[in-house]
Amino acid sequence: MRFSALRVIKEALTGHKGWQPLWRNPDPQPAYDFVIVGGGGHGLATAYYLSTTFRKARIAVLEKGWLGQGNIGRNTTIIRSNYLLPGNQPFYEFSMKLWEGLEQAFNFNAMVSQRGIVNLFHSDGQRDAYRRRGNAVLLSGADAELLDRDQLRAMIPFLNFDNTRFPIKGGLSQRRAGTARHDGVAWGYARGADLAGVDLIQNCEVTGFRIAQGRVLGVETSRGYIGAGKVGVAVAGMTSQVMAKAGLRLPIESHVLQAFVSEGLKPVIPGVITFGAGHFYISQSDKGGLVFGGDIDGYNSYAQRGNLAVIEDVAEGGMALMPMIGRARLLRIWGGIMDMSMDGSPIIDRTPVEGLYLNAGWCYGGFKATPASGYAFAHLLATDTPHDTARAFRLDRFAKGHVIDEKGAGAQPNLH
Amino acid sequence: MLIPHPLLGPRDAVEFTYLGDASLLARPDGLAEGADAAFHDYVYLRDNPAGVHRELWYHEQGDRSWLVVTRNTVTHEILGAELARDVALAMRGAK
Ligand SMILES: Cc1cc2nc3c(=O)[nH]c(=O)nc-3n(C[C@H](O)[C@H](O)[C@H](O)COP(=O)(O)OP(=O)(O)OC[C@H]3O[C@@H](n4cnc5c(N)ncnc54)[C@H](O)[C@@H]3O)c2cc1C
Repeated sequence: MRFSALRVIKEALTGHKGWQPLWRNPDPQPAYDFVIVGGGGHGLATAYYLSTTFRKARIAVLEKGWLGQGNIGRNTTIIRSNYLLPGNQPFYEFSMKLWEGLEQAFNFNAMVSQRGIVNLFHSDGQRDAYRRRGNAVLLSGADAELLDRDQLRAMIPFLNFDNTRFPIKGGLSQRRAGTARHDGVAWGYARGADLAGVDLIQNCEVTGFRIAQGRVLGVETSRGYIGAGKVGVAVAGMTSQVMAKAGLRLPIESHVLQAFVSEGLKPVIPGVITFGAGHFYISQSDKGGLVFGGDIDGYNSYAQRGNLAVIEDVAEGGMALMPMIGRARLLRIWGGIMDMSMDGSPIIDRTPVEGLYLNAGWCYGGFKATPASGYAFAHLLATDTPHDTARAFRLDRFAKGHVIDEKGAGAQPNLH
Repeated sequence: MLIPHPLLGPRDAVEFTYLGDASLLARPDGLAEGADAAFHDYVYLRDNPAGVHRELWYHEQGDRSWLVVTRNTVTHEILGAELARDVALAMRGAK
Protein backbone atom coordinates (compact mmCIF):
# COMPACT_ATOMS: atom_id res chain seq x y z
CA MET A 1 0.00 0.00 0.00
CA ARG A 2 1.56 3.29 -1.12
CA PHE A 3 0.44 6.65 0.18
CA SER A 4 -0.27 9.42 -2.33
CA ALA A 5 -2.65 12.32 -2.80
CA LEU A 6 -4.52 10.27 -5.41
CA ARG A 7 -4.93 7.45 -2.92
CA VAL A 8 -6.35 9.81 -0.29
CA ILE A 9 -8.93 11.14 -2.76
CA LYS A 10 -9.87 7.63 -3.91
CA GLU A 11 -10.33 6.42 -0.33
CA ALA A 12 -12.37 9.52 0.52
CA LEU A 13 -14.74 8.70 -2.33
CA THR A 14 -15.03 5.00 -1.50
CA GLY A 15 -15.70 5.17 2.23
CA HIS A 16 -12.12 4.61 3.43
CA LYS A 17 -12.49 0.84 3.05
CA GLY A 18 -9.11 0.23 1.42
CA TRP A 19 -6.73 1.28 4.22
CA GLN A 20 -4.77 -1.61 5.67
CA PRO A 21 -2.66 -2.08 8.79
CA LEU A 22 0.78 -0.52 8.36
CA TRP A 23 2.66 -3.67 9.32
CA ARG A 24 2.14 -7.40 9.91
CA ASN A 25 2.11 -8.83 13.41
CA PRO A 26 4.22 -11.98 12.96
CA ASP A 27 5.21 -14.63 15.49
CA PRO A 28 8.94 -14.98 16.07
CA GLN A 29 10.93 -17.40 13.88
CA PRO A 30 13.41 -19.73 15.63
CA ALA A 31 16.39 -17.71 14.33
CA TYR A 32 17.39 -14.59 12.41
CA ASP A 33 20.58 -13.22 10.89
CA PHE A 34 20.07 -9.94 12.74
CA VAL A 35 18.05 -9.36 15.90
CA ILE A 36 17.47 -5.74 16.93
CA VAL A 37 16.42 -5.34 20.57
CA GLY A 38 14.11 -2.36 21.16
CA GLY A 39 11.30 -1.11 18.91
CA GLY A 40 11.90 2.58 19.50
CA GLY A 41 13.00 5.09 16.90
CA HIS A 42 16.57 3.86 16.76
CA GLY A 43 15.76 0.14 16.63
CA LEU A 44 13.16 0.62 13.90
CA ALA A 45 15.40 2.94 11.86
CA THR A 46 18.23 0.41 12.17
CA ALA A 47 16.00 -2.38 10.86
CA TYR A 48 14.78 -0.12 8.05
CA TYR A 49 18.26 0.84 6.79
CA LEU A 50 19.64 -2.65 7.35
CA SER A 51 16.88 -4.17 5.20
CA THR A 52 16.58 -1.48 2.53
CA THR A 53 20.17 -0.25 2.15
CA PHE A 54 22.66 -2.78 3.42
CA ARG A 55 21.58 -6.39 3.45
CA LYS A 56 18.93 -8.77 2.26
CA ALA A 57 18.76 -10.91 5.35
CA ARG A 58 16.40 -12.33 7.97
CA ILE A 59 15.89 -9.46 10.39
CA ALA A 60 13.69 -9.06 13.48
CA VAL A 61 12.98 -6.20 15.86
CA LEU A 62 12.01 -7.38 19.36
CA GLU A 63 9.99 -4.90 21.43
CA LYS A 64 8.89 -5.62 24.99
CA GLY A 65 5.68 -3.57 24.69
CA TRP A 66 4.26 -1.93 21.59
CA LEU A 67 6.26 -0.16 18.90
CA GLY A 68 7.02 3.40 19.91
CA GLN A 69 5.99 3.12 23.56
CA GLY A 70 9.31 4.52 24.75
CA ASN A 71 11.07 7.83 24.26
CA ILE A 72 10.32 7.98 20.55
CA GLY A 73 6.70 8.56 21.54
CA ARG A 74 7.52 10.85 24.47
CA ASN A 75 9.98 13.44 23.19
CA THR A 76 9.50 17.08 22.25
CA THR A 77 10.42 16.40 18.60
CA ILE A 78 13.20 18.93 18.04
CA ILE A 79 15.60 18.21 15.19
CA ARG A 80 18.77 20.27 14.62
CA SER A 81 22.42 19.94 13.63
CA ASN A 82 24.12 22.70 15.59
CA TYR A 83 26.64 20.83 17.74
CA LEU A 84 30.10 22.17 18.54
CA LEU A 85 32.48 19.23 18.60
CA PRO A 86 33.94 17.50 15.54
CA GLY A 87 33.02 14.07 16.97
CA ASN A 88 29.33 15.02 16.99
CA GLN A 89 28.52 17.64 14.38
CA PRO A 90 29.09 15.72 11.10
CA PHE A 91 26.86 12.94 12.46
CA TYR A 92 23.99 15.30 13.31
CA GLU A 93 24.33 17.06 9.94
CA PHE A 94 24.16 13.66 8.23
CA SER A 95 21.00 13.05 10.24
CA MET A 96 19.56 16.39 9.12
CA LYS A 97 20.19 15.48 5.48
CA LEU A 98 18.40 12.17 6.00
CA TRP A 99 15.47 14.02 7.64
CA GLU A 100 15.25 16.24 4.57
CA GLY A 101 14.64 13.26 2.27
CA LEU A 102 12.97 10.95 4.77
CA GLU A 103 9.30 11.24 3.85
CA GLN A 104 9.97 10.61 0.17
CA ALA A 105 12.29 7.74 1.05
CA PHE A 106 9.88 5.82 3.27
CA ASN A 107 6.67 7.13 1.71
CA PHE A 108 5.09 8.25 4.96
CA ASN A 109 4.13 11.65 6.34
CA ALA A 110 6.42 12.26 9.31
CA MET A 111 5.51 15.98 9.32
CA VAL A 112 9.15 17.06 9.11
CA SER A 113 8.97 20.83 9.39
CA GLN A 114 12.09 22.98 9.09
CA ARG A 115 10.71 25.88 11.02
CA GLY A 116 14.03 26.93 12.53
CA ILE A 117 15.54 27.12 16.00
CA VAL A 118 16.87 30.04 18.05
CA ASN A 119 19.15 29.54 21.07
CA LEU A 120 18.96 32.74 23.11
CA PHE A 121 21.94 34.44 24.77
CA HIS A 122 22.06 37.07 27.48
CA SER A 123 25.67 38.19 27.92
CA ASP A 124 28.85 38.91 25.98
CA GLY A 125 30.39 35.67 27.17
CA GLN A 126 27.46 33.65 25.94
CA ARG A 127 27.46 35.51 22.63
CA ASP A 128 31.12 34.56 22.13
CA ALA A 129 30.38 30.94 22.96
CA TYR A 130 27.50 30.85 20.48
CA ARG A 131 29.56 32.63 17.82
CA ARG A 132 32.16 29.91 18.22
CA ARG A 133 29.54 27.19 18.03
CA GLY A 134 27.99 28.85 14.96
CA ASN A 135 31.37 28.96 13.25
CA ALA A 136 31.97 25.29 14.02
CA VAL A 137 28.57 24.50 12.53
CA LEU A 138 29.37 26.52 9.38
CA LEU A 139 32.73 24.78 9.02
CA SER A 140 30.93 21.42 9.09
CA GLY A 141 28.86 22.53 6.09
CA ALA A 142 25.61 23.12 7.99
CA ASP A 143 23.85 26.45 8.44
CA ALA A 144 24.02 28.82 11.39
CA GLU A 145 23.33 32.50 11.82
CA LEU A 146 23.94 34.87 14.72
CA LEU A 147 20.91 37.12 15.20
CA ASP A 148 20.94 40.36 17.15
CA ARG A 149 18.26 41.66 19.44
CA ASP A 150 16.44 43.69 16.76
CA GLN A 151 16.26 40.76 14.36
CA LEU A 152 14.83 38.65 17.17
CA ARG A 153 12.32 41.34 18.08
CA ALA A 154 11.01 41.28 14.52
CA MET A 155 10.78 37.45 14.55
CA ILE A 156 9.49 36.72 18.03
CA PRO A 157 8.23 39.99 19.54
CA PHE A 158 6.42 38.35 22.44
CA LEU A 159 9.56 37.46 24.39
CA ASN A 160 10.46 39.39 27.52
CA PHE A 161 13.57 41.09 26.09
CA ASP A 162 14.18 43.14 29.21
CA ASN A 163 14.10 40.43 31.85
CA THR A 164 16.25 41.86 34.63
CA ARG A 165 18.30 38.73 35.28
CA PHE A 166 18.50 37.44 31.68
CA PRO A 167 17.94 40.30 29.21
CA ILE A 168 17.85 38.88 25.67
CA LYS A 169 20.85 40.10 23.67
CA GLY A 170 20.43 37.87 20.62
CA GLY A 171 20.41 34.27 19.54
CA LEU A 172 22.11 31.61 17.47
CA SER A 173 19.74 30.41 14.81
CA GLN A 174 19.64 27.42 12.50
CA ARG A 175 16.94 27.78 9.88
CA ARG A 176 17.06 24.17 8.68
CA ALA A 177 16.31 22.91 12.20
CA GLY A 178 12.73 22.27 13.25
CA THR A 179 10.37 19.55 14.41
CA ALA A 180 8.88 16.27 13.18
CA ARG A 181 5.97 14.11 14.23
CA HIS A 182 7.59 11.66 16.66
CA ASP A 183 5.01 8.86 16.31
CA GLY A 184 4.98 9.33 12.55
CA VAL A 185 8.72 8.73 12.46
CA ALA A 186 8.36 5.45 14.35
CA TRP A 187 5.43 4.34 12.19
CA GLY A 188 7.17 5.31 8.96
CA TYR A 189 10.30 3.34 9.80
CA ALA A 190 8.24 0.41 11.10
CA ARG A 191 6.17 0.27 7.93
CA GLY A 192 9.23 0.65 5.71
CA ALA A 193 11.05 -2.15 7.53
CA ASP A 194 8.00 -4.41 7.45
CA LEU A 195 7.62 -3.86 3.69
CA ALA A 196 11.25 -4.91 3.27
CA GLY A 197 10.53 -8.17 5.12
CA VAL A 198 11.59 -7.35 8.67
CA ASP A 199 9.60 -9.15 11.41
CA LEU A 200 8.43 -6.57 13.96
CA ILE A 201 7.68 -8.61 17.07
CA GLN A 202 5.83 -6.84 19.86
CA ASN A 203 5.23 -7.94 23.46
CA CYS A 204 8.53 -9.75 23.29
CA GLU A 205 10.89 -8.75 26.10
CA VAL A 206 14.52 -9.76 25.90
CA THR A 207 15.40 -11.27 29.27
CA GLY A 208 18.90 -12.57 28.59
CA PHE A 209 21.55 -13.51 26.08
CA ARG A 210 22.90 -16.92 25.19
CA ILE A 211 26.67 -16.51 24.97
CA ALA A 212 29.27 -19.20 24.34
CA GLN A 213 33.04 -18.72 24.01
CA GLY A 214 32.60 -14.97 24.08
CA ARG A 215 30.15 -14.99 21.19
CA VAL A 216 26.44 -14.26 21.27
CA LEU A 217 24.25 -17.07 19.89
CA GLY A 218 20.82 -15.61 20.49
CA VAL A 219 18.47 -14.00 22.96
CA GLU A 220 16.16 -15.34 25.66
CA THR A 221 12.78 -13.62 25.44
CA SER A 222 9.35 -13.69 27.04
CA ARG A 223 8.30 -15.50 23.86
CA GLY A 224 11.05 -18.10 23.96
CA TYR A 225 14.61 -18.41 22.71
CA ILE A 226 15.48 -16.72 19.42
CA GLY A 227 18.75 -17.52 17.68
CA ALA A 228 20.72 -14.69 16.10
CA GLY A 229 23.80 -14.19 13.96
CA LYS A 230 24.22 -10.69 15.32
CA VAL A 231 22.34 -8.81 18.02
CA GLY A 232 22.02 -5.01 18.09
CA VAL A 233 20.71 -3.46 21.29
CA ALA A 234 18.91 -0.06 21.16
CA VAL A 235 16.82 0.13 24.32
CA ALA A 236 17.48 3.74 25.44
CA GLY A 237 16.71 4.12 29.18
CA MET A 238 16.88 0.35 29.79
CA THR A 239 20.40 -0.02 28.36
CA SER A 240 22.18 -0.72 31.67
CA GLN A 241 19.55 -3.31 32.62
CA VAL A 242 19.65 -5.17 29.31
CA MET A 243 23.43 -5.09 28.86
CA ALA A 244 23.97 -6.28 32.44
CA LYS A 245 22.45 -9.55 31.19
CA ALA A 246 25.49 -9.84 28.93
CA GLY A 247 27.80 -9.08 31.85
CA LEU A 248 28.56 -5.48 30.86
CA ARG A 249 28.73 -2.49 33.17
CA LEU A 250 28.35 0.75 31.22
CA PRO A 251 29.17 4.47 31.46
CA ILE A 252 25.44 5.25 31.67
CA GLU A 253 22.91 6.43 34.24
CA SER A 254 19.14 6.42 33.65
CA HIS A 255 17.41 9.73 34.34
CA VAL A 256 13.90 11.09 33.84
CA LEU A 257 13.05 14.06 31.60
CA GLN A 258 9.60 15.60 31.65
CA ALA A 259 7.64 17.17 28.80
CA PHE A 260 4.63 19.49 28.79
CA VAL A 261 1.82 20.31 26.35
CA SER A 262 -0.72 23.09 26.64
CA GLU A 263 -4.24 23.21 25.23
CA GLY A 264 -4.41 23.89 21.48
CA LEU A 265 -3.88 27.56 20.60
CA LYS A 266 -3.75 29.59 17.40
CA PRO A 267 -0.29 29.71 15.78
CA VAL A 268 1.93 31.94 17.89
CA ILE A 269 5.42 30.42 18.06
CA PRO A 270 7.11 30.29 14.67
CA GLY A 271 9.91 27.80 15.40
CA VAL A 272 11.80 26.36 18.33
CA ILE A 273 13.07 28.72 21.03
CA THR A 274 15.55 27.61 23.67
CA PHE A 275 16.25 29.57 26.85
CA GLY A 276 19.14 27.56 28.24
CA ALA A 277 19.90 30.00 31.02
CA GLY A 278 16.35 29.57 32.30
CA HIS A 279 16.13 25.78 31.76
CA PHE A 280 13.28 26.14 29.27
CA TYR A 281 12.58 25.46 25.59
CA ILE A 282 9.38 25.64 23.56
CA SER A 283 7.78 25.07 20.17
CA GLN A 284 4.21 24.74 18.95
CA SER A 285 2.77 21.61 17.41
CA ASP A 286 0.71 21.66 14.22
CA LYS A 287 -2.32 20.88 16.40
CA GLY A 288 -1.65 24.12 18.26
CA GLY A 289 -0.40 22.82 21.60
CA LEU A 290 2.61 24.57 23.10
CA VAL A 291 5.21 21.83 23.53
CA PHE A 292 7.82 22.65 26.13
CA GLY A 293 10.27 21.33 28.66
CA GLY A 294 13.38 22.02 30.68
CA ASP A 295 16.13 20.10 32.40
CA ILE A 296 16.16 16.48 33.49
CA ASP A 297 15.02 15.93 37.07
CA GLY A 298 18.62 15.19 37.99
CA TYR A 299 18.57 11.91 39.95
CA ASN A 300 18.65 8.28 38.77
CA SER A 301 15.16 7.18 37.81
CA TYR A 302 13.26 4.45 36.00
CA ALA A 303 9.85 5.84 36.95
CA GLN A 304 8.72 7.46 33.65
CA ARG A 305 7.39 10.34 35.73
CA GLY A 306 9.12 13.24 37.41
CA ASN A 307 8.63 15.42 40.45
CA LEU A 308 6.79 18.67 41.08
CA ALA A 309 9.91 20.74 41.76
CA VAL A 310 11.02 20.49 38.13
CA ILE A 311 7.50 21.24 36.89
CA GLU A 312 7.63 24.44 38.92
CA ASP A 313 11.10 25.27 37.60
CA VAL A 314 9.97 24.81 33.98
CA ALA A 315 6.86 26.94 34.58
CA GLU A 316 9.02 29.69 36.08
CA GLY A 317 11.36 29.55 33.09
CA GLY A 318 8.40 29.89 30.75
CA MET A 319 6.99 32.85 32.66
CA ALA A 320 10.39 34.57 32.65
CA LEU A 321 10.81 34.13 28.91
CA MET A 322 7.29 34.80 27.63
CA PRO A 323 4.90 36.00 30.31
CA MET A 324 1.89 35.43 28.05
CA ILE A 325 2.34 31.69 28.59
CA GLY A 326 0.70 32.18 31.98
CA ARG A 327 -2.60 32.39 30.09
CA ALA A 328 -2.27 28.94 28.56
CA ARG A 329 -3.61 25.91 30.39
CA LEU A 330 -1.44 22.85 30.75
CA LEU A 331 -3.02 19.79 29.20
CA ARG A 332 -0.56 16.97 29.85
CA ILE A 333 2.77 16.24 31.54
CA TRP A 334 4.75 13.03 31.21
CA GLY A 335 8.26 11.67 31.58
CA GLY A 336 10.65 9.42 29.71
CA ILE A 337 13.69 7.50 30.90
CA MET A 338 16.90 8.45 29.20
CA ASP A 339 20.24 6.76 28.86
CA MET A 340 22.49 9.59 30.11
CA SER A 341 26.09 8.82 29.18
CA MET A 342 29.07 10.02 31.15
CA ASP A 343 30.10 12.63 28.56
CA GLY A 344 26.66 13.44 27.18
CA SER A 345 27.39 11.82 23.79
CA PRO A 346 26.18 8.55 22.29
CA ILE A 347 27.75 5.13 21.81
CA ILE A 348 27.43 3.16 18.54
CA ASP A 349 29.93 0.36 18.77
CA ARG A 350 30.81 -3.29 19.08
CA THR A 351 31.02 -4.72 22.59
CA PRO A 352 33.48 -7.13 24.20
CA VAL A 353 30.95 -9.90 23.39
CA GLU A 354 31.39 -10.90 19.76
CA GLY A 355 28.25 -10.42 17.67
CA LEU A 356 26.70 -8.10 20.26
CA TYR A 357 26.45 -4.42 19.28
CA LEU A 358 25.37 -1.39 21.27
CA ASN A 359 23.47 1.77 20.37
CA ALA A 360 22.97 3.92 23.48
CA GLY A 361 23.81 7.02 25.48
CA TRP A 362 21.44 9.34 23.61
CA CYS A 363 20.63 11.42 26.65
CA TYR A 364 17.81 13.88 25.96
CA GLY A 365 18.86 14.42 22.33
CA GLY A 366 18.35 11.19 20.46
CA PHE A 367 15.23 12.04 18.50
CA LYS A 368 17.05 14.26 16.00
CA ALA A 369 19.60 11.48 15.67
CA THR A 370 17.07 8.78 14.77
CA PRO A 371 17.81 8.59 11.00
CA ALA A 372 21.61 8.78 11.29
CA SER A 373 21.67 6.51 14.33
CA GLY A 374 19.70 3.86 12.46
CA TYR A 375 21.86 4.28 9.37
CA ALA A 376 25.16 4.15 11.28
CA PHE A 377 24.08 1.20 13.44
CA ALA A 378 22.92 -0.70 10.37
CA HIS A 379 26.26 0.10 8.71
CA LEU A 380 28.12 -1.25 11.74
CA LEU A 381 25.97 -4.39 11.96
CA ALA A 382 26.29 -5.09 8.24
CA THR A 383 29.97 -4.29 7.69
CA ASP A 384 31.57 -4.47 11.16
CA THR A 385 33.11 -1.04 10.53
CA PRO A 386 31.80 2.24 11.92
CA HIS A 387 30.01 4.66 9.62
CA ASP A 388 32.21 7.63 8.70
CA THR A 389 30.17 10.09 10.77
CA ALA A 390 29.99 7.84 13.84
CA ARG A 391 33.66 6.95 14.30
CA ALA A 392 33.98 8.88 17.55
CA PHE A 393 31.08 7.09 19.30
CA ARG A 394 33.28 4.36 20.72
CA LEU A 395 32.49 2.48 23.90
CA ASP A 396 36.16 2.53 24.97
CA ARG A 397 36.58 6.31 24.53
CA PHE A 398 36.28 6.82 28.29
CA ALA A 399 39.23 4.53 28.97
CA LYS A 400 41.24 6.10 26.15
CA GLY A 401 40.55 9.71 27.10
CA HIS A 402 38.64 10.60 23.91
CA VAL A 403 35.43 11.73 25.59
CA ILE A 404 33.05 13.96 23.57
CA ASP A 405 31.90 16.40 26.21
CA GLU A 406 29.86 19.16 24.46
CA LYS A 407 29.21 20.98 27.71
CA GLY A 408 32.52 20.36 29.43
CA ALA A 409 30.60 19.14 32.45
CA GLY A 410 32.73 16.09 33.23
CA ALA A 411 31.61 12.60 34.20
CA GLN A 412 28.36 13.71 35.79
CA PRO A 413 25.29 12.78 33.75
CA ASN A 414 22.87 15.12 35.51
CA LEU A 415 24.91 18.12 34.34
CA HIS A 416 24.91 17.27 30.62
CA MET B 1 10.58 13.76 47.58
CA LEU B 2 11.26 14.19 51.29
CA ILE B 3 14.69 13.19 52.55
CA PRO B 4 14.82 12.12 56.22
CA HIS B 5 17.92 14.05 57.24
CA PRO B 6 19.49 12.29 60.26
CA LEU B 7 20.09 15.62 62.05
CA LEU B 8 17.34 17.90 60.72
CA GLY B 9 14.39 15.61 60.12
CA PRO B 10 12.42 15.46 56.84
CA ARG B 11 13.71 17.99 54.27
CA ASP B 12 12.45 18.73 50.74
CA ALA B 13 14.75 17.18 48.12
CA VAL B 14 14.97 20.55 46.30
CA GLU B 15 17.26 21.75 49.10
CA PHE B 16 19.80 19.18 47.95
CA THR B 17 21.98 18.66 44.90
CA TYR B 18 22.55 15.16 43.58
CA LEU B 19 25.93 13.62 42.84
CA GLY B 20 25.24 9.96 42.07
CA ASP B 21 25.99 6.41 43.18
CA ALA B 22 27.33 6.23 46.75
CA SER B 23 30.07 3.89 45.53
CA LEU B 24 31.89 7.18 44.80
CA LEU B 25 32.84 7.11 48.50
CA ALA B 26 35.11 4.16 47.76
CA ARG B 27 37.84 6.05 45.89
CA PRO B 28 40.57 3.74 44.56
CA ASP B 29 44.17 4.01 45.67
CA GLY B 30 45.94 6.06 43.01
CA LEU B 31 49.31 4.44 43.75
CA ALA B 32 48.16 0.85 43.67
CA GLU B 33 48.87 -1.61 40.86
CA GLY B 34 46.25 -1.20 38.09
CA ALA B 35 45.16 2.24 39.31
CA ASP B 36 44.35 3.45 35.77
CA ALA B 37 41.79 0.74 35.20
CA ALA B 38 40.40 1.13 38.71
CA PHE B 39 39.94 4.87 38.19
CA HIS B 40 38.25 4.34 34.81
CA ASP B 41 35.72 2.08 36.49
CA TYR B 42 35.34 4.48 39.44
CA VAL B 43 34.83 7.61 37.33
CA TYR B 44 32.79 6.25 34.42
CA LEU B 45 31.05 2.93 35.11
CA ARG B 46 27.82 2.63 37.09
CA ASP B 47 25.54 -0.23 38.17
CA ASN B 48 22.55 2.03 37.43
CA PRO B 49 20.06 -0.32 39.17
CA ALA B 50 16.31 -0.30 38.61
CA GLY B 51 15.23 -0.58 42.25
CA VAL B 52 17.11 0.17 45.45
CA HIS B 53 19.95 2.64 44.94
CA ARG B 54 22.35 4.14 47.48
CA GLU B 55 23.28 7.64 46.36
CA LEU B 56 24.99 10.85 47.44
CA TRP B 57 22.96 14.00 48.06
CA TYR B 58 24.48 17.30 49.28
CA HIS B 59 22.38 19.53 51.52
CA GLU B 60 23.45 22.70 49.74
CA GLN B 61 20.52 24.88 50.84
CA GLY B 62 20.74 23.53 54.35
CA ASP B 63 23.48 22.36 56.69
CA ARG B 64 25.91 21.49 53.86
CA SER B 65 26.26 17.90 54.91
CA TRP B 66 26.63 15.03 52.48
CA LEU B 67 24.10 12.25 52.89
CA VAL B 68 23.89 8.70 51.62
CA VAL B 69 20.22 8.33 50.69
CA THR B 70 18.71 4.93 49.95
CA ARG B 71 15.99 5.34 47.35
CA ASN B 72 14.01 3.17 44.97
CA THR B 73 14.65 4.41 41.42
CA VAL B 74 11.47 2.77 40.12
CA THR B 75 9.04 4.31 42.61
CA HIS B 76 11.10 7.27 43.96
CA GLU B 77 10.34 5.98 47.46
CA ILE B 78 13.02 7.06 49.93
CA LEU B 79 13.99 4.26 52.29
CA GLY B 80 16.50 6.01 54.53
CA ALA B 81 19.34 8.48 54.88
CA GLU B 82 22.64 8.49 56.73
CA LEU B 83 25.44 11.02 57.08
CA ALA B 84 27.96 10.20 54.35
CA ARG B 85 30.68 10.86 56.93
CA ASP B 86 29.43 7.98 59.07
CA VAL B 87 29.25 5.69 56.06
CA ALA B 88 32.78 6.62 54.97
CA LEU B 89 34.19 6.13 58.48
CA ALA B 90 32.47 2.77 58.80
CA MET B 91 33.97 1.74 55.44
CA ARG B 92 37.43 2.76 56.62
CA GLY B 93 36.90 0.89 59.89
CA ALA B 94 35.86 -2.22 58.04
CA LYS B 95 39.13 -2.38 56.12
C1 LIG C 1 10.53 14.22 27.50
C2 LIG C 1 11.57 13.97 26.46
C3 LIG C 1 11.84 14.96 25.51
C4 LIG C 1 12.80 14.75 24.52
N1 LIG C 1 12.99 15.71 23.57
C5 LIG C 1 13.87 15.51 22.56
C6 LIG C 1 14.01 16.48 21.53
O1 LIG C 1 13.32 17.51 21.51
N2 LIG C 1 14.92 16.26 20.55
C7 LIG C 1 15.70 15.14 20.54
O2 LIG C 1 16.52 14.99 19.65
N3 LIG C 1 15.56 14.17 21.49
C8 LIG C 1 14.66 14.33 22.49
N4 LIG C 1 14.50 13.37 23.47
C9 LIG C 1 15.36 12.16 23.44
C10 LIG C 1 14.85 11.08 22.50
O3 LIG C 1 13.47 10.89 22.66
C11 LIG C 1 15.59 9.77 22.80
O4 LIG C 1 16.99 9.99 22.87
C12 LIG C 1 15.36 8.69 21.75
O5 LIG C 1 13.99 8.56 21.47
C13 LIG C 1 15.93 7.36 22.24
O6 LIG C 1 15.96 6.36 21.23
P1 LIG C 1 14.71 5.41 20.90
O7 LIG C 1 13.71 6.17 20.13
O8 LIG C 1 15.24 4.20 20.23
O9 LIG C 1 14.19 5.07 22.37
P2 LIG C 1 12.84 4.37 22.83
O10 LIG C 1 11.68 4.81 22.03
O11 LIG C 1 12.77 4.51 24.30
O12 LIG C 1 13.11 2.85 22.42
C14 LIG C 1 13.64 1.86 23.27
C15 LIG C 1 12.69 0.69 23.21
O13 LIG C 1 13.31 -0.45 23.79
C16 LIG C 1 12.29 -1.20 24.42
N5 LIG C 1 12.90 -2.12 25.38
C17 LIG C 1 13.48 -1.82 26.57
N6 LIG C 1 13.91 -2.94 27.20
C18 LIG C 1 13.62 -3.97 26.36
C19 LIG C 1 13.84 -5.39 26.44
N7 LIG C 1 14.43 -5.95 27.50
N8 LIG C 1 13.40 -6.14 25.41
C20 LIG C 1 12.77 -5.59 24.32
N9 LIG C 1 12.56 -4.27 24.21
C21 LIG C 1 12.98 -3.46 25.21
C22 LIG C 1 11.41 -0.14 25.06
O14 LIG C 1 10.12 -0.66 25.36
C23 LIG C 1 11.39 0.93 23.99
O15 LIG C 1 10.29 0.83 23.13
C24 LIG C 1 13.54 13.54 24.49
C25 LIG C 1 13.28 12.55 25.44
C26 LIG C 1 12.29 12.74 26.41
C27 LIG C 1 12.01 11.66 27.40
